[in-house]
Amino acid sequence: MDFLNALVAITNYVIIPATAYGAQLALGALGVTLVYSILRFSNFAHGDTMAFGTGVVILITWGFQAMGISFGPLPTALLALPFGIVITSALMLGTDKVVYQYYRKVKAAPVVMVMVSVGVMFIMNALTRFLIGVDQINFADGARFVINARQWREMTGMSEPLTLRSTQVITVVTAILVVWALFWFLGRTRTGKSMRAFSDNEDLALLSGIDPNRVVAVTWIITGALATIAGTLYGLDKSFKAFTYFQLLLPIFASAIVGGIGNPVGAIAGGFVISFSEVGLTYAWKKVVTYLIPNWEPDGLVQLLSTDYKYAVSFTILILVLIFKPTGLFKGKIV
Amino acid sequence: MSYLDARDMTGGYGKADILNSCTLTVDKGEIAVIVGPNGAGKSTAMKAVFGMLNLREGRVTLDGVDITALSPQDRVKKGMGFVPQVNNVFPTMSVEENLEMGAFIRDDDFKVAMEQVFTLFPILKDKRRQNAGELSGGQRQQVAVGRALMTQPKLLMLDEPTAGVSPIVMDELFDRIIEVARTGISILMVEQNARQALEIADKGYVLVQGENKYTDTGKALMADPEVRRTFLGG
Amino acid sequence: MSTARQADAAAGGRLRAPLFFALMAGLIVLEGMTSGWNSALGILNMGLLSAIMALGVNMQWGYAGLFNAGAMGFVALGGLAPVLISMPPTPGAFKAGGFGILAAFAVAAIAVIGAVWLYRTLRGKLRGLAVAAVLIVGFFTFRWLFDPAVDAIEAINPSAAGNLGGLGLPTLVSWPVGALLAAGAAWLVGKIALGLRSDYLAIATLGIAEIVVAVLKNEQWLDRGVLNVNGIPRPWPVPYEIDLQNSHAFVTKMQAWGIDPTLGSTITVKLAFLLLFVIVIFALIWLTEMSLRSPWGRMMRAIRDNEVSAAAMGKNVTRRHLQIFVLGSAVIGLAGAMMISLDGQMTPSSYNPLRYTFIVLVMVIVGGSGSNWGSILGGVLIWYVWVKAGDWGPDMMAILASPFPAGPFKEHMIDSAAHMRMLVMGIILLGVLRFSPRGLLPEK
Repeated sequence: MDFLNALVAITNYVIIPATAYGAQLALGALGVTLVYSILRFSNFAHGDTMAFGTGVVILITWGFQAMGISFGPLPTALLALPFGIVITSALMLGTDKVVYQYYRKVKAAPVVMVMVSVGVMFIMNALTRFLIGVDQINFADGARFVINARQWREMTGMSEPLTLRSTQVITVVTAILVVWALFWFLGRTRTGKSMRAFSDNEDLALLSGIDPNRVVAVTWIITGALATIAGTLYGLDKSFKAFTYFQLLLPIFASAIVGGIGNPVGAIAGGFVISFSEVGLTYAWKKVVTYLIPNWEPDGLVQLLSTDYKYAVSFTILILVLIFKPTGLFKGKIV
Repeated sequence: MSYLDARDMTGGYGKADILNSCTLTVDKGEIAVIVGPNGAGKSTAMKAVFGMLNLREGRVTLDGVDITALSPQDRVKKGMGFVPQVNNVFPTMSVEENLEMGAFIRDDDFKVAMEQVFTLFPILKDKRRQNAGELSGGQRQQVAVGRALMTQPKLLMLDEPTAGVSPIVMDELFDRIIEVARTGISILMVEQNARQALEIADKGYVLVQGENKYTDTGKALMADPEVRRTFLGG
Repeated sequence: MSTARQADAAAGGRLRAPLFFALMAGLIVLEGMTSGWNSALGILNMGLLSAIMALGVNMQWGYAGLFNAGAMGFVALGGLAPVLISMPPTPGAFKAGGFGILAAFAVAAIAVIGAVWLYRTLRGKLRGLAVAAVLIVGFFTFRWLFDPAVDAIEAINPSAAGNLGGLGLPTLVSWPVGALLAAGAAWLVGKIALGLRSDYLAIATLGIAEIVVAVLKNEQWLDRGVLNVNGIPRPWPVPYEIDLQNSHAFVTKMQAWGIDPTLGSTITVKLAFLLLFVIVIFALIWLTEMSLRSPWGRMMRAIRDNEVSAAAMGKNVTRRHLQIFVLGSAVIGLAGAMMISLDGQMTPSSYNPLRYTFIVLVMVIVGGSGSNWGSILGGVLIWYVWVKAGDWGPDMMAILASPFPAGPFKEHMIDSAAHMRMLVMGIILLGVLRFSPRGLLPEK
């Protein structure tokens, strides 16, 4: 029984939250990795793009709520999501036209492109703050739980509670759908295949008559969509705060690099590696330890690392990968 | 006039010309081979024919149509296929997808073309789901040639197709190239392995410093003592 | 004809720098006349500190093309030095837990060195197990020593101290120590991330910066965390306002000049800081200009201009990059230490990546990548714009919002004006990168 209780505690405090967080990171890392493989630079503006997209979704959500439109037990934000995607993707296309296109034409070095993305980051940062401010915003509505602690107890009769929040289920389901759609697009459609060809071998792609402008445009549209979805899911699951999204840049980059930058499968795997390490290392294992080792009451929380240092986990994993396997777990691009 | 007629091509990348009034012609179903010492401008001549180099002088016609001003992509649409020397496949895409990308500019059904490629290179049919980057060097060259054939070109250009493959694979590749030529496709290729290449060539060009030094049938060049001594090592 | 144009450009180049610096001085004087000299000198002093940070970032980006996305971390780490060096020690703290903490770090160091040694000597399956075992045992021993020591230190007079305190040495000593701390961290990061893809360094530095600030925020035994450390001593010879106001000689002199003694004292303090900062800047510029003209500097530029051919000539590019990265970070750390001395307090929560990392990049790009005088100009100018954009933003927005009726929308517009400076920075950075990539004072 104690063993089962320990299992429930681990599921409740580690597996469920880390799965949801991992799905959010994976979607973020997919956006970074896509820009990297097609446009060949690390996009420092991605965190703020996520913030912008989420800001738009929140505004539209409020609009729907004011009009009395709701999505039943699901959060209204899901209804607003498509609109947020359209607006964010349009902004991405505009940014490319005004900013990035020129640097592609002059064949700027990747590190210059990174600097340019810092400029874009400033602007996205300001736009987001103009739009929605800097405060913490909770915008999840609808049913809060799929399973709450009381239902769990009645269902199983176990003393250890387990809760499953609806935002967690929504995150995972949405992420699965999005990833499925993305892989279907990249693997089955002509445009998707042409994007992979462009990423693999740009010269040969041009020689085969693939239109680079079209590939780049589609890439930005998908990046805008991924950023908006990732940001909205993160905001629903936790809460929205513009600065937090900037800080997400580190675990997102870490996910992309750990998986092998430029490799979509790697980005997803990397997201879960980072999330499980982060949650696992910052969780206070006291409860689980007490269940598993009878007659022993640990003095402390049995927490390996304070949650204040969660970014140190991403960083350490990043460093380990850079030392031992710079191409990442799944072979990514090196140059 | 020959099917491909690239006449008096003069030009280079910077200020200095690499090609000096170089002329290349290929007839229908004919195999033409460009040989010559290192730095003779062989690959440059090939690129010039394909429009990857701005010509200062000279003109290129294909089937009597002047294509001198066209971009490489437009030349592909006019019936040219080009196989670069290196980086000539999409490594993380399957063989089938590589071929599909070769047919990207075609709007019609490319299934027939793909079947033809599979008939020509049966090994590719077996490996159709495998990523091109995981294949052996010779198989990768077959994918590269197959990709270029997907547009069903009238003229196939190959830049050192046998670079870095074993002699056995080289012989096999040459056999396939002869088969391609028999279907009526003209072939223009640059080769380091001059002897073997001239053996299968209907026409041979020996380039030296961007100029036509000798031009004749493959057999005649092989028989020419001067060519043998200078370029074929005795 | 081309030589004539070059001569023209050279003449323009000679006039260009003094012209821009005169313009900058004019802006500061204007600020002094309109908003008071305290405000003007305040902007100038912070501007000069930013300029030193920009000098450091310029060494990395301008000389070597290295993208440091974590200047904030090196600034913060440098800022730790005045706390640890020039604050008085907390009585009893070292005895209570100092040895425990030292022992804990010694254990951590031994575990890491041991793990590295095992990794290098062992082969096969045993290696992974042995390395993991050493690290795990090391970690728990570390925590076993560290946690009680931290509790003991934090229990001492928690309302005013609760930390180790410093060594009580002169503040000027802490400045080079700040540089050393930053250099040490830079060496660790550079050793790992340099020599890989160019933007891996950016991401690694972004990470180390977040972690340094997290440590400063959370380790109370070290710097009281978010409780802040106040009253950090000023460097010699900067006086305290209160002492000046109590000094009869100072008051009579000020009165003789017709200046209010209180105002006079604040301005005197700022001028004293200004003098120190200017001395440091001149020393740094002299050193960097000297080193750039040396064979080392020529090699550095050769590597930046063509990494491939430099590597082909047998230059160890990664090693040179590591040197310049460490040196640049040391300069950034120095500025961080100086800033804490100027503020007189350590407030870890004030470290913001936009302010201390990305704005400094803007300063370097605007001033001119690779140009030292450009970094100085960019530092002061961009800091001025940053401060003023904060002032002008609300004014501008008030005018923009005036046609709208009072209500939530108008309020929202006026509230969001504070973020105008982000937009301004973004537009400046993108504009300079696009239309004047060599900056205001291009490298010769």
